[in-house]
Amino acid sequence: MSSILESPPQAGAPAGADAETRQLVVALAGNPNAGKTSIFNALTGLRQKVANYPGVTVERKEGLWALDAEQTPARLVDLPGLYSLDAASIDEEIARDILTGRVEGVPAPDVVVAVVDATNLERNLYLVTQLLEAGRPVVIALSMVDLAERSKLEIDAERLSDLLGVPVVPVTAKSRRGLDELGRVVLGAVGSPPPCALWKMSPKAEAEVRRLYAAGAASREEALRDLYAEGLPEDAELREAVEQARARLSSSDPQWWQEPLTARYRWIEEVTAGAVRGAKNMRPGSTERIDRLVTHRFFGPVLLLLVMAVVFQAIFSWATLPMDLIDRGFGALGEAIRAQMPAGLLTDLVVDGVIAGVGGVLVFLPQILLLFFFIALLEDSGYMSRAAFLVDRLMRGVGLHGKAFMPLLSSFACAIPGIMATRTIENPKDRLATILIAPFMSCSARLPVYTLMIAAFFTDVRLFGFVPVAVVIMLSMYLLGIVVAIVVAWVLKHTILKAPPPPLVLELPPYRVPNLVNVLYTMRNRSWLFVKRAGTVILTISILLWALMTFPRSEAKPVPDAQEGAAVQAMRETGVEGRGEPAPLTAKSEGDTADEGAQLQQSYAGRLGHVIEPFIAPLGFDWKMGIGLIASFAARETIVSTLSIVYNVGKEADAESPSLIDAVRNAKRPDGSPAWTPLVAVSMMVFFVLACQCMSTVAVVRRETNSWRWPLFMVAYMLVIAYVASFVTYQGGKLLGLS
Amino acid sequence: MSLDHTAAGQTGELPKRAEGDGPAAVSLDALEAGRHARVAAVRGSGAVARRLMEMGVVPGAPVRVIKAAPLGDPLEVRVRNYHLALRRSEAQTISVVLSTED
Repeated sequence: MSSILESPPQAGAPAGADAETRQLVVALAGNPNAGKTSIFNALTGLRQKVANYPGVTVERKEGLWALDAEQTPARLVDLPGLYSLDAASIDEEIARDILTGRVEGVPAPDVVVAVVDATNLERNLYLVTQLLEAGRPVVIALSMVDLAERSKLEIDAERLSDLLGVPVVPVTAKSRRGLDELGRVVLGAVGSPPPCALWKMSPKAEAEVRRLYAAGAASREEALRDLYAEGLPEDAELREAVEQARARLSSSDPQWWQEPLTARYRWIEEVTAGAVRGAKNMRPGSTERIDRLVTHRFFGPVLLLLVMAVVFQAIFSWATLPMDLIDRGFGALGEAIRAQMPAGLLTDLVVDGVIAGVGGVLVFLPQILLLFFFIALLEDSGYMSRAAFLVDRLMRGVGLHGKAFMPLLSSFACAIPGIMATRTIENPKDRLATILIAPFMSCSARLPVYTLMIAAFFTDVRLFGFVPVAVVIMLSMYLLGIVVAIVVAWVLKHTILKAPPPPLVLELPPYRVPNLVNVLYTMRNRSWLFVKRAGTVILTISILLWALMTFPRSEAKPVPDAQEGAAVQAMRETGVEGRGEPAPLTAKSEGDTADEGAQLQQSYAGRLGHVIEPFIAPLGFDWKMGIGLIASFAARETIVSTLSIVYNVGKEADAESPSLIDAVRNAKRPDGSPAWTPLVAVSMMVFFVLACQCMSTVAVVRRETNSWRWPLFMVAYMLVIAYVASFVTYQGGKLLGLS
Repeated sequence: MSLDHTAAGQTGELPKRAEGDGPAAVSLDALEAGRHARVAAVRGSGAVARRLMEMGVVPGAPVRVIKAAPLGDPLEVRVRNYHLALRRSEAQTISVVLSTED
């Protein structure tokens, strides 16, 4: 097992390939907050890539590490941050599978580098005891030694190495101290298995372990794991032996299962007593002082609100400019391509399907980058766990975990990064509940819809003569989302996701100045995952939507509705783009708006609009709005451009464009009554608050839950809630005599 | 101060350190903030108890309650020179005995 010859040279290569070309595989393990990420980044630099482990959503990070000047780089596999290897969470399961070579494409590591926080030695060494038992060669990278020295904590690395039986290298990632030595030591450790059985339990427990070993367990370590694991081994004979051993142990001590845990710590205490001298209180005084304010009864929550406000403000205001630029860039690219390529279906597909689809994804990138920047900053500094500490009691009220707070907060900007941020929640049910309610938070894509509705019907209206109704309505929409989310969370946690309230065992690490390099790497890696994976699904659906709105083609050009706005719009476009060109040509290449309106009406999307009209009529919507609704299931804000097409005011109209607002105000039903009323507008907004109209969200949920079941469930249940709420709004409003 | 009510568990009063006839144990959620203590036993079972012990809350480990969160729960506890947040319901499963300095 310990021979490096068993390690295939590359991912996917068969075992036993040419030993000369083999590449060493090194695993990097350590507690959360032990400084593992900094060391990983310092060792691999930009030569790293991130993917997901098959079937789960644990981030898989890997890079190349040049162990010394001559050696070809080793594959450095970054394990998730862990406290133990006992497979309580997905992270721990993955880590154990990697260490034992059970993950496809990752051979069992030749060496395991255990990152150990020098300022928190005892708890960090617990994982080390388990890594030693895993049987692969171990090298300890003692991190935070600069901090330890500053606090007058003396750790005798040589003595520690003697006591543990494996090499110990003090390192500081920032100054690159000890990194070269670490590489050399890792190279030297290849093929030298760690010492085993360093700690002992009571004679009685040890006897049971020996008995299991004799009964067929592969090794003492296996026997120990079988005996004390939560489950039972698969082998029937062994299973019986384990059950009997447990029965014997529990008869004399009901807490028999605690023995290996206690014994490991007893051994750790002996080790640290031998190798550590100096300061008892390792916590920096600055952390104590900061916490006096940050988790203060009154100032703590105030500060949290302030942090939230700053993050929000940044996401909404700083992201606008790059978002506009991306939007315009893709618009210009589309125009350029349209000008170059011959007019026709292919051009339409490329411009309206592919480019508009890709642009629709990338337009969210600035917000996602900014949000990930703040999340990484808050995580890296240590503030995130304080936020969870502050709000845990509130979140528990609806059955959620304190850690659900930040993902939900993020979802006000965009549900996608919010859903991705739920990864910090260990319990799958808590995580799923958080994912399922995240899209209720009013994201920035709803703003164009709110803005259009409010601009059309509620400007200059004041409540009690001084409160602008626009503000009240906007706030109500945000509140509605929050209230429904709370109710749904409560229901989910009491029905399909029923589970005892999630336990909170959360480390509050010392505050650290965030490492900007780590923050930037995190931003880069997470955003790339978003663009790559969500992008493929979104692209597919965009093309589908384009097809729905394009086919069937009308052979003879229908006579456009003689609407003045449309004509003016068409003329303006002609004037700008094709001065002096014959009109029909321009109309064809530019996409005459009146023409588009007619085309849309008879397309599959238009027909669908007619088909769903009976269903949406009780909500106050007609078939034209229906087309907007259908299109908005790609992304909410598309309803604005779709309505522009439907009402023949040109695609480029935005939410504040006067022509669109006028068109909405003046739109008529066949009987001549106005299609939109303030009540219809409110009903529409309510629908947009509650329905899951965002294929990016669906794609991300699909990826994060690794099945279509949950995203489809989410779309369905949110649609039902949105429908019922809109129905109640519209019909209730009518009963009350509103219009 | 937010510290006062941490002592007001179900026991009402803190057992005195009984020298000689064995130290009296008290559950961690009833431990007055700032008092030094040592873990006597982890009474829970299952994943949470295991996780607590993996993180160093084993018999003999020094513990101290730092403070409660603004809404009274969870608690910030110092264990083996690092800080841990845990709910009162979890703290209840941990018995401690008072000690002098860690």
